[in-house]
Amino acid sequence: MYDSLFLYSSFLKAELKSCSCDSSPGVFRVRTVYLPRCRNRQEKRRNARLSLKMYSHGSESLIKQARDIHESELQKFFSRLVKLLQGKELGHETVDSLQRLLLILSATKYTKTLPPELQRRLASLLSSSAEQLQVLSSAVLRETLPLSGQEVNYNQENVVQLNSHAASLLLSQAQSRADLSSLCAQLLRGLEGRQSEGSAHSLTHTLPILNSILTHSPESLTEDHVTLLSKKLVDWLRYASITQGGGASSGGFFTGQRSRQPVPTAELDGTVSGDFFTVLCVGQGFTDDQWMNVYSFSMLRHWLLTNHSVSNGNTTADTAHRLQLSLSLSHSFSNDDRSEVDGSVVSMVSATSSSSRLLPPRERLREKAFQYCQRLIEQSDRKAQKRIDTDLQKACLVEAVCILDRVCEEDTSLVFRTFPCIKALFGRLSSDLSFARVLLPIAQFYLHHGETAAVDCESVWNLVFGRFPAELFNDLFLAHELLRFLRLNLESLQARVPQYTRSFPNLLKFLAWDSPSAVDDFVDLLPSLVTTGTAVELLHTLLDLPCLSATLVLQLRSACQPISDTGGRALLSLDAFRSTSYRGLFLFLLRGEAGSGDTIDRLSTLHKLLAEAADWPRVVQCSQTVPVLLHIFFNTVVTVANDKLLAHLILVMLERSSLLLNVPKYIKEIHRVFSCHLLRLCKLHPSLVVDQSHELLEFAGATANVYSKEDIYTHVVWVLGEYLSVSCDSRCSVRLITSCFETLEAVLFEITSSAPTPGAVCPAPRVITTLMSALAKLASRSHDLIPRVSLFFSKLRTVTRGGSVPWCNNEEDLVAIVTRGEELWSLLKAPGVAQSVLTPPTHIASPQWHQDTNVAMPLRLRALTSLTHPQ
Amino acid sequence: MVRCFLIHTVCPVSALGPGDSRVLYSRVFGPDEGVVSEQNREVSPERRRVLQREKVSVVVRQVHSSVSLSREASGRPPGETVPGEEALALQEADSGVVRLRAGDPFHEEMSALWLGVQSLGFTLVCEPHENLLLAEGTLRTLTRHCLEHLHMLGQGSEVLLRSNRVDALLSRLLPHGQLLFLNHRFAQSLEKEVVAYMAK
Repeated sequence: MYDSLFLYSSFLKAELKSCSCDSSPGVFRVRTVYLPRCRNRQEKRRNARLSLKMYSHGSESLIKQARDIHESELQKFFSRLVKLLQGKELGHETVDSLQRLLLILSATKYTKTLPPELQRRLASLLSSSAEQLQVLSSAVLRETLPLSGQEVNYNQENVVQLNSHAASLLLSQAQSRADLSSLCAQLLRGLEGRQSEGSAHSLTHTLPILNSILTHSPESLTEDHVTLLSKKLVDWLRYASITQGGGASSGGFFTGQRSRQPVPTAELDGTVSGDFFTVLCVGQGFTDDQWMNVYSFSMLRHWLLTNHSVSNGNTTADTAHRLQLSLSLSHSFSNDDRSEVDGSVVSMVSATSSSSRLLPPRERLREKAFQYCQRLIEQSDRKAQKRIDTDLQKACLVEAVCILDRVCEEDTSLVFRTFPCIKALFGRLSSDLSFARVLLPIAQFYLHHGETAAVDCESVWNLVFGRFPAELFNDLFLAHELLRFLRLNLESLQARVPQYTRSFPNLLKFLAWDSPSAVDDFVDLLPSLVTTGTAVELLHTLLDLPCLSATLVLQLRSACQPISDTGGRALLSLDAFRSTSYRGLFLFLLRGEAGSGDTIDRLSTLHKLLAEAADWPRVVQCSQTVPVLLHIFFNTVVTVANDKLLAHLILVMLERSSLLLNVPKYIKEIHRVFSCHLLRLCKLHPSLVVDQSHELLEFAGATANVYSKEDIYTHVVWVLGEYLSVSCDSRCSVRLITSCFETLEAVLFEITSSAPTPGAVCPAPRVITTLMSALAKLASRSHDLIPRVSLFFSKLRTVTRGGSVPWCNNEEDLVAIVTRGEELWSLLKAPGVAQSVLTPPTHIASPQWHQDTNVAMPLRLRALTSLTHPQ
Repeated sequence: MVRCFLIHTVCPVSALGPGDSRVLYSRVFGPDEGVVSEQNREVSPERRRVLQREKVSVVVRQVHSSVSLSREASGRPPGETVPGEEALALQEADSGVVRLRAGDPFHEEMSALWLGVQSLGFTLVCEPHENLLLAEGTLRTLTRHCLEHLHMLGQGSEVLLRSNRVDALLSRLLPHGQLLFLNHRFAQSLEKEVVAYMAK
């Protein structure tokens, strides 16, 4: 195996060479606005071809070989590797073999054990001078189990000297919190001793490792650690050198030597920096502490978020440190406020910085973080010369605002100092939607602190709930962040921002555009949008979500395609979208707020206009999420709604069951959801059936519904039969029961007396049996009707004696129908029995004897409990 | 912090089921979640490793489906580029983000950022409060380097046979899962080191 893998890979390399110079003249690229159509065959072929590229059969077979390797071959490979590692010169072959070993180990999810000798050799490679060997040995050992003696590493004094790759191995193989704590302690000791050793190389990875430990196990840090690290972070953040490090030509990470003439660092627009160093300062090269500045700022927010969970309320220690620190910090004071000494222009940030030297370390760090972020916000206004720096400025703004938010949460007195800056930033960015993702943290800041500072937040919410969803619904990352923002702040939004619930038509655009990604968030958010005021409109909006999806596609298409463009693939719906006569309809779908009327009268027109959108993938995906959301809607609405609203919802269901966009399977799915919840609503509030009997009967009386809405029709008939009874509602008169009976009888008679029209299907057997049961139930409540239903059953028997009828072409079904008829018929022969069987009193239908305190069972249970759990 | 960086297929692989992917590279940062959680303390290291692998495959499966759905919705087939056109491939790449609910598969909620370059997916699993703008930029940079230094636009298997290059890349641009705020000068300085490493 070893050889075959080896040969194979060398074969692959040869293949690679020939491939990389292949310019593939046959490859063409098409760049047009693609129509959302189902994939055609050509496209499928193209995808199949693509799947061959980039991921080749070669790779697949390499993985397979690595997995299938025989134990004996593996052992041979191991011993050969040990021999290689014993050699003095570790050359290309060693690297190659180690890489292959790594492939073999990582190709399977089960752990393989290495011979101890090999493992030891690999461990010693961790401190090799060649980085490639460090990387490989660390990676291989990560895939194996640590040797029993290896934990020693955590307690070794030289843990700080470990290179980044060795450290990452230690981190990944930590077996307990104790391991992490001791690693942490070692790393921090290294930080303390830094001045004497001057080995900055190890420091750069110290901070990320500490941050990683902090993520997983904040308890690993003690209060002392927090103090020390806070102190260090202050130094690096605020007092890094402001002159450039060694020339860029010197290459290495930290090997650069300072040029003799110190050159100040520059801002991103090229001007000379006038204040302390930040991640937005550039130079030809960087000094160690400037690198540490980058690392410190990168972990700052996380540090501020988590360091309070290290040890809470340890105030005595904190005050003790106040004294101690005013002494121990003196080394950092030597270069304090260097920017002012420098004589260059001092920005507002430094000028306003209060003397924070006497603050305890955490508060001092807070103060410095505050200054750093203010400076970053200032710096982000500069015109960067590189695009990558423009992106970085945005990321820095997000980070700065989040840090300020955090800092203000810890110390409310900072809110008043921060708000002017945040307000100015909002003013600067709010008109430019390309800064939307920066504006979101600003909105968070307003939400957290707006009340404290008594600031008007109206314009912030107009942006977040207005323009963002309306204009940026297709920005997936913004959608992700905005929906997360809503989820996290649900309670305060509901309490303080009335726009939130009203803006659901806008927010649902995210869902309509990218349903697969957004549905998860809406599962959490939807209940908060259901109120007595919004329920009906929300239901309509959810049902029309596929239409909204199609409209959003059209909106974007319309914007990017000139009207004169009448290419071969003109869309009727696009013409309709642009036509003034339908503008109102589309504008309604695209409305930003709830409560602006409805279009139910013209919905069928809209559905006709959008008919061609039914197979657009985006619309289909959207339609698949609607049933899920409807379930959530109905589950929530029963908890908030009154009878009047529920009655209205039943009407909407009946009405909308025939007013839906004709997307494949969509209508059927929605009918299923409606049926399910119609039943639940009526079960919860049986009097709804009497309230809405007129509409329900109208629906049940339309024979066409038997065929087109079988599911929902069956359920309507069932609830009529079940709940149209005096025991459910005293208003239920004999006249009502009789009129219901007559309506259902007529339908049953119609569908069982004639063959369906050519091309139509037979009525479902379930509809027929449900109708029969409903008639029997109604008859059992009004005995005058019994002869009529008995007559029907006898006729049914006569008709079916011949064996076949035109309205049912399945023999088994027919037998079942007839049997059901005979059962009901014989039941009705004894009206008293029929009534107690078909309309059982509630205490028999749903027994709750275990709750009845007069029955012996609860008494016994209580006695047993008092015996087993004595007071 | 970033929890893991993954390279995997997002195209059908004949040996696997329709929605399954091959993981070509995976790097999980930091200690294992199981070590510090209350419930899984008794789990053996072998079992923890299997669990970690399963977590990775859950993420990959979710990303794969997200990539497919997003490509289907946009109606735009993945572009075709040849070796040498890495920048173009990156420009044409699809991208997106998947919310991983708490417990599915990580203890806490996570955001999985992905970049789909033709038949391959590059995924960064971040803690949800992480600066996603920065994460996006980092993912793009990592992907560009992977495409260039492992010649991934071709048919080779270098990602399997030279995975140490990805490790070295990560140790600089995403050390231990820490996203870094690097301006172009800092980035250049690190990239020089990367190039020096790749030249070996």
